[in-house]
Amino acid sequence: MSLSVTALPRARNYEALPIAIFLVLALAPLAASFGAETYLLGLFTRVMIYGIAALALDFICGYGGLVSFGHAAFVGIGAYTAGIFSAHGITDMAITLPVALIVSALFAWLTGTVCLRTKSVYFIMITLAFGQMIYFVAGSLSPYGGDDGMTLKLRSTLFGFPVLQNDRALYYAVLAFLLVSYLLLRAIVSSRFGRVFRGARDNPTRMATIGYDVFRYQRVAYVIAGCLGGLAGFLLANATEFVSPSFMSWQRSGELIIMVLFGGIGTLHGAIVGAAAFLLLEDMLGGITENWKLIFGPMLVLIVLFARGGLLGLAQSVWERLRRG
Amino acid sequence: MSFTLLIVQTLNGLQFGVLLFLIAAGLTLVFGVMDFINLAHGVQYMLGAYLAVMFYALTGNFLIALIAALAAALLLGLLLEFTVFRHLYDRDHLEQVIATFGIILFLNQGVKVVWGAAPLSLPIPDMFSGTIVLSPGILYPVWRLMIIGSGLAVALLLYLLVSRTRVGMLVRAGATHARIVSALGVDIRRLFMIVFGFGTMLAAFAGVMIAPILSVEPGMGDSVLILAFVVIVIGGIGSMRGAFIAALLIGLVDTLGRSFAIDILRLVMPPSPARTVGPAIASMLIYVLMALVLYFRPAGLFPAKGR
Amino acid sequence: MNKLLSSVAAIALIGAAGAAQAQEKLKIGVVTTLSGPAAVLGQQLRNGLQLAIKDNGGKLGGREVELFVQDDELKPDVAVSKAKALIDRDKVDFVVGPIFSNILVAIMKPVTESGAFLISPNAGTSNFAGKDCNPNFFVTSYQNDQNHEVMGKYAQDAGLKKVFIMAPNYPAGKDSLAGFKRFYKGEVADEVYVPLGQLDYSAELSKIAASGSDAVFVFLPGGMGVNFVKQFRQAGLADKVKFLSAFTVDESTLPAQKEAALGFFGGANWAPDLNNAQNKKFVAAYEAEYNGAIPATYAFQAYDAGLLIDGALKATGGKTDNKDALRAALAKAPFTSLRGAFKFNTNHYPIQDFYQVKVVQVGDKFATSIDKKVFSDYADPHVKDCAMK
Repeated sequence: MSLSVTALPRARNYEALPIAIFLVLALAPLAASFGAETYLLGLFTRVMIYGIAALALDFICGYGGLVSFGHAAFVGIGAYTAGIFSAHGITDMAITLPVALIVSALFAWLTGTVCLRTKSVYFIMITLAFGQMIYFVAGSLSPYGGDDGMTLKLRSTLFGFPVLQNDRALYYAVLAFLLVSYLLLRAIVSSRFGRVFRGARDNPTRMATIGYDVFRYQRVAYVIAGCLGGLAGFLLANATEFVSPSFMSWQRSGELIIMVLFGGIGTLHGAIVGAAAFLLLEDMLGGITENWKLIFGPMLVLIVLFARGGLLGLAQSVWERLRRG
Repeated sequence: MSFTLLIVQTLNGLQFGVLLFLIAAGLTLVFGVMDFINLAHGVQYMLGAYLAVMFYALTGNFLIALIAALAAALLLGLLLEFTVFRHLYDRDHLEQVIATFGIILFLNQGVKVVWGAAPLSLPIPDMFSGTIVLSPGILYPVWRLMIIGSGLAVALLLYLLVSRTRVGMLVRAGATHARIVSALGVDIRRLFMIVFGFGTMLAAFAGVMIAPILSVEPGMGDSVLILAFVVIVIGGIGSMRGAFIAALLIGLVDTLGRSFAIDILRLVMPPSPARTVGPAIASMLIYVLMALVLYFRPAGLFPAKGR
Repeated sequence: MNKLLSSVAAIALIGAAGAAQAQEKLKIGVVTTLSGPAAVLGQQLRNGLQLAIKDNGGKLGGREVELFVQDDELKPDVAVSKAKALIDRDKVDFVVGPIFSNILVAIMKPVTESGAFLISPNAGTSNFAGKDCNPNFFVTSYQNDQNHEVMGKYAQDAGLKKVFIMAPNYPAGKDSLAGFKRFYKGEVADEVYVPLGQLDYSAELSKIAASGSDAVFVFLPGGMGVNFVKQFRQAGLADKVKFLSAFTVDESTLPAQKEAALGFFGGANWAPDLNNAQNKKFVAAYEAEYNGAIPATYAFQAYDAGLLIDGALKATGGKTDNKDALRAALAKAPFTSLRGAFKFNTNHYPIQDFYQVKVVQVGDKFATSIDKKVFSDYADPHVKDCAMK
């Protein structure tokens, strides 16, 4: 029972799409300035933050076959690092961001060491187990609000300057982090490391026979994904100015998986599209009816049944059909 | 922390474990035979409870409500199998997860639209509504004993079905060598339908039995679903015996942990932090247990052979 | 003469209507929980506010009302995003909500910093009553501790010797038991915190039975309370152990608890049978409007929130642009509350009476009923930490 993840065929003119996505994101604030600016900026900031987390998940899930059902734990760790520091009056990113990344990396290294011994569904469940553990830990941190969470007094500063205080500045900072994360993961995927990692998904025994220590490659990848999850959490805390254990509930981990699948797994930029589609749909459908889940639920089923490869897959097949006439 | 209290808590743990087994049994069957992750298993448990409430309101008889609810749950389950799940069996696990998650969203919201958001309840049948005296001053509700009893009966029935009947043989074979079973000319699609229908009814049965104790509300299946997954993973996927033992283990660990975690912590720390840390540790216990089991036995306690 | 009078009146009416039409609609946002098991509370909130608007002929303070209802899904970051949408996209002047304290903590900053007024018809945390009190924040319910204090006072006055107390393991749960103990000085058999959302209380019930307590005091809102009450009755404890509670037996949970909760006690600032004409009219109207459901405190406090906005806007002539004038008007609480005597303290939390209520059967339904007044004109103690004067 191996967990085969159908990655999209690497298609030819795929460069256009990521560029278009980032162009749209870069220009969105201009459009937003005609409407409800703070709200739209906030919404798209959230889209990009979840985009970073989903990217990281797509990296281990789509390229490594490691389906983590506890990825929200890293988001929570990043957010809580920012929150706890802020509660003690330390808001400088030069300190808090590296700490957030290091703590997430450590957690990923420790849990990865245990989790990566298992495979397929067992891996899904053991990552869930660690996610739940850290969720309960956060809920018991009564000095930091316990289950209620806590408000951040200030957004992060950089060398004492309140660089993120302005919503637009925060937006572009998040965009920059998203772009860097995306480029970093792309570089990793196409590097030698990435080829081994992908090879380990398709046939771990063969990779081991060739002489690669599959476990160590997977653990490094898991740590990278954890770090990026922590980064997303750090940014989320800054964007909502609030942290709460609900950031790392298993439902959130599930939503991240949905985002990855929604956009199209194993493409990286699909994860960004998925995050955008998920959050924008949630927002729009929620505005139409309070029973929006009656629409959203069947949509998920239909996407799985009729649009293999997610929204990108759907778009691609429609495009090809059109071109053929 | 008296001895009687320990006995009572052990009974409570057993009752919880048996309930988990009823849900996990269906899940592990479906998972084992069809290699199908059915997240919607939890909402089938919820549907069982809601249907029982509805039929009880119509008939006023618990037994009729139970039977009608099981039949209706089976019909709904088969309808879902026919329209959606059937097309997912040959998909990979992730796609199954998403599609069945979509079903969860739909049905959770659906019961809210049909029956309202307010919690509903089902009375205990009069015959079983009393309590029995375990020791002077310590009472135990008869209905909870009924749950333990019926759960053990179902476990026995399952054991006989799986080990003594032809369908059971196919189920055992299918759990390890699905392709070969199909190649031998068994109508695998029909087998799947039977297994799926049976799993649905087990979940619905658990829902009906627990409805007199718990409030019947939208989303009641979600947390149970996660626990059921913990159970089948600890037990080893596809293993009925593993599910049974893991369910009782989880039930006992969770219940005893909740009752005694604080008392134990008080031995090593002052009462006030113990009260704060205790519940967190108690909630975590089962996940710690799962992580430990999987660390030492990466395919669960009773891994199905041939996997 | 009569003719002249009536035509003057008619002209005045037309004039008033014209002026009202010229005014923009009053935009009010609602942040409440409409999905998940807690949705029943969120619906009561929304229904109560809608009823207040309807009873006022679709207007508050003489202005037509446009209501924007948002579901917070009980997720703080979603709530923040939705609150921002209400402020920026829908340009609301008031936000009414939420039910849960953690959502309140999350949306406080985005709403009040924008200059809009946040009116909470339920959640009232101690920090916002004390050191973090906020001039743009008003509470029409209570400070979270108070209903628990009512029960503590009652237990003390009734001379109960040994009480077993239990609440969920989250900040409001801890405030709850602390509030109870502030007034109850007898022996506490055990103080138990259960995980939020726990459904089966078999372990705790066994402990209660073994402890030999005179009474239990529990704070188990929503579905938790439904389960606990049923299981408490099933375990045969109801005849031996007195049941004291807050937010555990009320009209949102009684439809499921039914007979099991009969005779159980709660602490509250109101009950459906509170004897005044306005309240009777409200309860009857609510039952007629929402399929015979009896309103709970969430609905009545949201109704009062509507009346508060109505009264304050009447005082400012329907204007919302002068925030200082509007704030001053709100602080005077210029309305007649369904609970009777009501005024705001300097921290914008209410000063009001509190009662011990008891579950009774009304026809084929169940409701709470005023049993005894426990506190008169009671203010929360946190106000001393609030900088607003």
